[in-house]
Amino acid sequence: MTQANSPDRTPTDWTSPVMRKRIARRYAQERRFRLMGLGAVALSAGFLLFLLVSMVSGGLSGFIRTEIKLPIDFPHSPLLIDPAILKSANAERALANANLPAVTSAAAKAAFGAQGGDAILSDSAWVAVKDALIEDPGLLQRQAVIAVPAASDIDLAAKREGSAAAEQIVAQLKGKRALATRLNFGFLTASDGTDPTQVGIWGALKGSLLTMAVTLLLSFPVGVLSAIYLEEYAPRNRWTDLIEVSINNLAAVPSIIFGLLGLAVFLNMWDLPRSAALVGGLTLALMTMPVIVIAGRNAVKAVPPSIRDAALGVGASPVQVVFHHVLPLAMPGILTGTIIGMARALGETAPLLMIGMRAFIASPPGGVTDPATVLPVQIFLWSDEVSHGFVEKTSAAILVLLVFLLAMNGIAIYLRNKFETRW
Amino acid sequence: MADMPNSPTKMSARNVNVFYGEKQAIKNVSIEVGMDEVTAFIGPSGCGKSTFLRTLNRMNDTVASARVEGEITLDGQDIYSSGMDVVQLRARVGMVFQKPNPFPKTIYENIAYGPRIHGLAGTKADMDVVVEQSLRRAGLWEEVKDRLSDSGTALSGGQQQRLCIGRAIAVQPEVILMDEPCSALDPIATAKIEELIHELRGKYAIVIVTHNMQQAARVSQRTAFFHLGTLVEYGVTSEIFTNPREVRTKDYITGRYG
Repeated sequence: MTQANSPDRTPTDWTSPVMRKRIARRYAQERRFRLMGLGAVALSAGFLLFLLVSMVSGGLSGFIRTEIKLPIDFPHSPLLIDPAILKSANAERALANANLPAVTSAAAKAAFGAQGGDAILSDSAWVAVKDALIEDPGLLQRQAVIAVPAASDIDLAAKREGSAAAEQIVAQLKGKRALATRLNFGFLTASDGTDPTQVGIWGALKGSLLTMAVTLLLSFPVGVLSAIYLEEYAPRNRWTDLIEVSINNLAAVPSIIFGLLGLAVFLNMWDLPRSAALVGGLTLALMTMPVIVIAGRNAVKAVPPSIRDAALGVGASPVQVVFHHVLPLAMPGILTGTIIGMARALGETAPLLMIGMRAFIASPPGGVTDPATVLPVQIFLWSDEVSHGFVEKTSAAILVLLVFLLAMNGIAIYLRNKFETRW
Repeated sequence: MADMPNSPTKMSARNVNVFYGEKQAIKNVSIEVGMDEVTAFIGPSGCGKSTFLRTLNRMNDTVASARVEGEITLDGQDIYSSGMDVVQLRARVGMVFQKPNPFPKTIYENIAYGPRIHGLAGTKADMDVVVEQSLRRAGLWEEVKDRLSDSGTALSGGQQQRLCIGRAIAVQPEVILMDEPCSALDPIATAKIEELIHELRGKYAIVIVTHNMQQAARVSQRTAFFHLGTLVEYGVTSEIFTNPREVRTKDYITGRYG
């Protein structure tokens, strides 16, 4: 069975059982690998979906609040106020001093029973009455029905998460058609507080915005310039090796250490204001910068050398080569690294606890030096609250954080696609 | 090397040594480049011809370990002296590379970039003239005039290389260095580049490094043969190819090694 031209080798029998088995094994291997890959993707997608569903289902009710239709007979109430003043600019202050809480409470007792009739209203129900009066001073002359926020336990019971006693009251109120649900815009415009029906995320959101702005303004230019200098200008020697190793290590340092550093340097040595977005931003910038440097260096390294040659060849100076050619081509990669670093900074809690951003702050910060808190810290604080009403607020705050993160990523992807050059 | 070019000397090198770290890449090379001529550098791979070419506009400066000794002059002025501005030198001594490397920008921008950074065209109208002239000289105008805003990288390889030549021309250089400009091109594109070199001769001093000996014979008036970092022989192209004085040159051009 030997061939004339190759006497010492028998021709390969591609149809023998051994060969068939080998082929079958190869196909099985391919299939197995594809199934495993598909399984891995499905598993991670499943986890993501579970996270999203549980957050959305738990958090969406935080954007809705229960209101109670409270009938108030203004002419017969002990409210001492001149209707004329309501038309003037002093209306707000006049009403604040007009004993509205007592009026509201009395109206509630009259409508829903002297025993605990006022307990079903939120402590700040009178604010809704005040707003209604400012809007329509004519109410003072007649009996009116004003929708005011319900107390936290009533709110929860209306969402079927409260106690049995509260559920009973809710059932009664429903019978009287005194309940209403409304979108809780206050959650997006108010700040932290003690009453879960009244708290909002705006203070933390603004704090996060300010902190991220400080972080970006510091870490992006410093990181990009360092990356370019190290890649394009710095000589290769022991010092640059040392710097490279240090930067890589810095990117891996646990974030709490940066918090301690911020506490020791920014607060104790430099006497910067405690709990401020400025200090938070500085601390997070320290953390984000190494990530940007590493991503930036890789992006700069990936620009083909022929482009540098081409630019040098027509007489561009090294700075022109960098800013006209290398940087634009490296920008997509740099932006990817920046967004990874910023996303990490946005979700960071530990270092900010160290510099005092966990304080209870009931008003949104006016600037970077005002006391502030940030979204993840707010979530952490609310998750720690005893009051049951904060559970849905925590989930709702997580939703806001996720939306913020998605928006940030969206902007980065848009910018990356805009800068991307194909060749 | 007693040979002097027939035309006035544009660039001259005297006793040039180039080192990469410890390794000596160029050994004691002296050569004159004529103003109205095409000079070809030939030799086997790794003989140092490209290295030497890159010393002529100081592109070797970008290699950290490279060190150049000796004297290279452009119009009698030492290009390695402290008084010489590298950026200006590279504008005067342009370069075309082995692999076509247009910027990933529009065709127009590719040409306009050099003149813009050197302030050679004041207005948009001036720039339009510069771009058209450069593309005409590079023999590309008719092919691209209707799509100047297309990306330079969308052109074919041969067109890209002519675009690169146009880009070099646009800054009005005195010398154009070409480092194996046709090695990545097919024969038709190569023929077009060679034709272009013929047309550019006399307007610019041209130095071309090539692996292709027929190409050297076709396009150049003078040829330098490099081997192992030394300049073996330098003379009129027709003589080098018909009657080489050195055995090594003869062996190389007859294909005995290389």
